[in-house]
Amino acid sequence: MMSMAPSNTVVSANDLGLTFQTADGPVTALTGVNLNVEKGDFVSFIGPSGCGKTTFLRVIADLEKPTSGTITVNGMTPEEARRQRAYGYVFQAAALYPWRTIEKNIALPLEIMGYSRQDQKARIDRTLDLVNLAGFGKKYPWQLSGGMQQRASIARALAFDADLLLMDEPFGALDEIVRDHLNEQLLKLWAATRKTICFVTHSIPEAVYLSTKIVVMSPRPGRVTDIIESPLPKERPLDIRETPEFLAVAHRVREGLRAGHSYEEHA
Amino acid sequence: MERASFFKDRLLPIGTVVLSLIVLWYVFVVVLNAPFERDTAARAGTTISFSELLPRTMAQERPVLPAPHQVLAELWDTTVNKAITSKRSLVYHAWVTLSATLMGFGMGAVLGILLAIAVVHNRAMDRSLMPWVIASQTIPILAIAPMIIVVLNAVGISGLMPKALISTYLSFFPVVVGMVKGLRSAEQIQLDLMHTYNASASQTFWKLRWPCSMPYLFTSLKVAIAISLVGAIVGELPTGAVAGLGARLLAGSYYGQTVQIWAALFMAAAVAALLVIIVGFAHSLVLKRMGARA
Ligand SMILES: Nc1ncnc2c1ncn2[C@@H]1O[C@H](COP(=O)(O)OP(=O)(O)O)[C@@H](O)[C@H]1O
Ligand SMILES: [Mg+2]
Repeated sequence: MMSMAPSNTVVSANDLGLTFQTADGPVTALTGVNLNVEKGDFVSFIGPSGCGKTTFLRVIADLEKPTSGTITVNGMTPEEARRQRAYGYVFQAAALYPWRTIEKNIALPLEIMGYSRQDQKARIDRTLDLVNLAGFGKKYPWQLSGGMQQRASIARALAFDADLLLMDEPFGALDEIVRDHLNEQLLKLWAATRKTICFVTHSIPEAVYLSTKIVVMSPRPGRVTDIIESPLPKERPLDIRETPEFLAVAHRVREGLRAGHSYEEHA
Repeated sequence: MERASFFKDRLLPIGTVVLSLIVLWYVFVVVLNAPFERDTAARAGTTISFSELLPRTMAQERPVLPAPHQVLAELWDTTVNKAITSKRSLVYHAWVTLSATLMGFGMGAVLGILLAIAVVHNRAMDRSLMPWVIASQTIPILAIAPMIIVVLNAVGISGLMPKALISTYLSFFPVVVGMVKGLRSAEQIQLDLMHTYNASASQTFWKLRWPCSMPYLFTSLKVAIAISLVGAIVGELPTGAVAGLGARLLAGSYYGQTVQIWAALFMAAAVAALLVIIVGFAHSLVLKRMGARA
């Protein structure tokens, strides 16, 4: 079996489960999750809140430990992968340090990982360009809009050499217009950097527009109900969202979400 | 507009309060010092009218309560009219107390910060240390100050150090409490971020916990420096120290020199205010350098 896992698999979850012990008794955040994420994939996780999307990302990131099943990241345990700085994590909130300027915020992981001054400077300039924030490096976070702050936090996750990008509803708090724009930018960025991206979202159009693979999840207990390989081409202008192919995928996602819901009603 | 609001919002209310306090003070001066004048008159077999009595209550040599202008005159006389090296200069005495205050404050701040770091990083320390830290402050300082002074004198430590240690004893407490809170004030999401970078404990400390704690540090330093001054003055009382504001207070009360006592009190208040203002200034300077909104 181990030889079956080729070097192209970035994340591999096998019957993964996680149950939180809370004061009100156990909460099953994830159960029976089987999923492979291949190198270069753009995988979206979609589902109503409480279905374990964040928890799954946090398990990949070694911020939570699974209570059953197995998971590998780059063929290692999540902890080993984290120690090798295998991924960049973009949280739901930008989580910039208010006492650091934007460029100093991007420098934070670089300082910690011991990049040289010169290298830091080059990487800051490059990633600021990548997220369209060139010229804002000397500003403090509070001087930037919410969308710009979130872009800065993406830049921070891109600054070091991790091939995997974990993004937890990074655009959840932004309005639709800004969101469309950032989605387009994110696709360009993905094409330019060839990273593997795991992306959590609430929005069906966002998931369909961005992904090569869509993981539909449902709550209580959190589980995967459908995995959809997108037939859409890699090149995606914003108006692809009006094509029949796009709408067909969106329809299937919606069906998957509805199925998860009715399961709950029977239970 | 700015000026008008400064006048209306600050000067007017503060000025009104100060003015009414001064009026009240004069009323008490007359009330409290009048019996002495009446007794004196009675002993001389005369009676004294109110208009004769009024100015006298404000010009006694050892009044129960000196009038504000008497205190001001004493302050002026002992600061401006005396060389600052003279034993009669209040500036000299203030400096003696101030040096012990600063030394004790410095030691208290460092001790407080170190204890807070230990408490935050070590669960066992948290459980074993914090109760002692809190217990230390339930013992009245007036009870242990003489013991500290006497014990240290017995082992040959005298002068600045014993007083500074009492300041330390008082001032480390607000710093520990404030810094434990401050070092724990980093948000979970920020700590998670550090974890994803596989940051070491010292990196997390210097790049996250320490900057997060700055507002807490300065707030507790303001309390600590004022309390350090109290500690230094208390440290001067039990041994009958010859110099310092505490010594002036003590000497004043031995000889009934109420004017001298009040002058020393005002000097102490002024020094305390100055110290708190300086710490506050450092606070805003640091926040500004940390990119706080202007
Ligand atoms: N640290 C935790 N302790 C206890 N329960 C948790 C914790 N984190 C998440 N949960 C629970 O696990 C479930 C899944 O949460 P989450 O992964 O945040 O869902 P999603 O991101 O899809 O909204 C929810 O019921 C949530 O209340
Ligand atoms: Mg979530």
